[in-house]
Amino acid sequence: MPLIKYIDHTGAEYEVELEVGKSVMEGAMENMIDGILAECGGCCSCATCHVYVDEAYLDKTGTAEGMEQELISVVQEPQANSRLSCQIFVTEEMDGMVVRIPKAQY
Amino acid sequence: MAERCIIIGASHAGAHLAACLRMSGWKGDIQLIGSEPYLPYHRPPLSKTALNVAVSDPQWLRPAAFYEKNNIEVLLNTEVTHIDRANREVQLANGDSLAYDKLAFCTGARVRKLRIPGADLNGIYYLRDWQDALNIRQAISTAKKAVLIGGGYIGLELAASLRKKGLDVTVLEMTERVLQRVTAPEVSIFFSRVHHEEGVEIVCNKVASEFLGDGAVGKVRCSDGSEFDADLVIVGIGVIPNTELAQSAGLSVDDGIVVNEFAQTEDPDIVAAGDCTNHPNAMLNTRLRLESVPNAMEQAKTAALSVCGKPQAYAAHPWFWSDQYDMKLQIAGWNQDYDQVVLRGDYQHGRSFVAWYLKQGKLIAADCINRPKEFMVAKQLLAKGLAVDAHHVADDSLDPRSLLNS
Repeated sequence: MPLIKYIDHTGAEYEVELEVGKSVMEGAMENMIDGILAECGGCCSCATCHVYVDEAYLDKTGTAEGMEQELISVVQEPQANSRLSCQIFVTEEMDGMVVRIPKAQY
Repeated sequence: MAERCIIIGASHAGAHLAACLRMSGWKGDIQLIGSEPYLPYHRPPLSKTALNVAVSDPQWLRPAAFYEKNNIEVLLNTEVTHIDRANREVQLANGDSLAYDKLAFCTGARVRKLRIPGADLNGIYYLRDWQDALNIRQAISTAKKAVLIGGGYIGLELAASLRKKGLDVTVLEMTERVLQRVTAPEVSIFFSRVHHEEGVEIVCNKVASEFLGDGAVGKVRCSDGSEFDADLVIVGIGVIPNTELAQSAGLSVDDGIVVNEFAQTEDPDIVAAGDCTNHPNAMLNTRLRLESVPNAMEQAKTAALSVCGKPQAYAAHPWFWSDQYDMKLQIAGWNQDYDQVVLRGDYQHGRSFVAWYLKQGKLIAADCINRPKEFMVAKQLLAKGLAVDAHHVADDSLDPRSLLNS
């Protein structure tokens, strides 16, 4: 299973093996990784699962579009590699990917 | 012996409370008690994706392994009958009793039933849990003509879902407009128009007074004598908080289990979270009971911190969402007692606009339809407690982000 590494704002690292097809948000929820709130449960409504994706993997994850892109444009400290982690569904090619969790989701 | 926290209600609040206990350093036992045969699951999809036959399981809040890994014992199919506070015991329907050191009520709410003649005919449904969704799903496969009683969020979300499945759909609303309790008239007009465009018939000022049929429902009769054909009826007329256990244990109840800003009841060893609580919100300067997932999660976190002896006051602005057709409605804040509604965008055409609710010039809430940017801005404006300029928020030519700099 692809290994995803989450790094929170304090620098703490969590490595998680995720089934293909699961979202990066679900991986955080299942492994008690703090800092991703996912209040809406993954329906792209709340923007509380914001992460920064490792630049090297952006071509694998794609960038935010539509509703997700609009939500991201107003999160705290948006960057070009910002994504909502509920909209990143893990593939084999994402093995080794690092996602960074922002300091705050509000 | 290790301390034990028992959580009654394997709900959004209950599951999150269990997780938050571990994240907050609770080392003792955790027992999560649910009356349904399922692990905690997401309820919002019940009115939408859960009605698709292809969906075989509820959408779990956390996988089964999560509970094992975190040493959270989940007792399913388990009914609590009584709380003995003097002996700190939870009594179960099967006769067992469980000792607790800390107790959490996450008992949620149940549907309000329509008690009118014919209410026990077949073909009449309510929606609160996964089994309800399965029953409705089954009924949809043969039904042609659905009548939904109640023009609230559940009624309208179901109208959209059933319409997509090709049923004829009529919504009967008791008041003069849909969403009457929760939105401004303009927002009601907007939703009525969109549902009409999608082929749903919405009839207001209709009070269902009798179900007619031979074995199964065939018609809904209203108090004014009008009748509506139906081979499927779903009633969505609100919920009642599940407070009986708390009340019989001697705790204060007032449209919800009464808790303070730390989610504590008057018993120092008992907390409560979610739809079942009547709680104070300092940001809104009032007590209220909310029916919402974000509130359930936020309050569960507060309750967990209290249980762990690290109390932190709950002070979050509520927010809600509702998905219907191609529309995402996102609501920031709580619009009670608004004195001004300012619109941004055209509610009479298209499917994208914002209704800002102001009270004495201050933003208190916003209904955002297909307007994610404005929703995010509204949340931030609320968090900062800023006054807003009515002309400014109405000007659709301005980037909504500019409102944050005003």
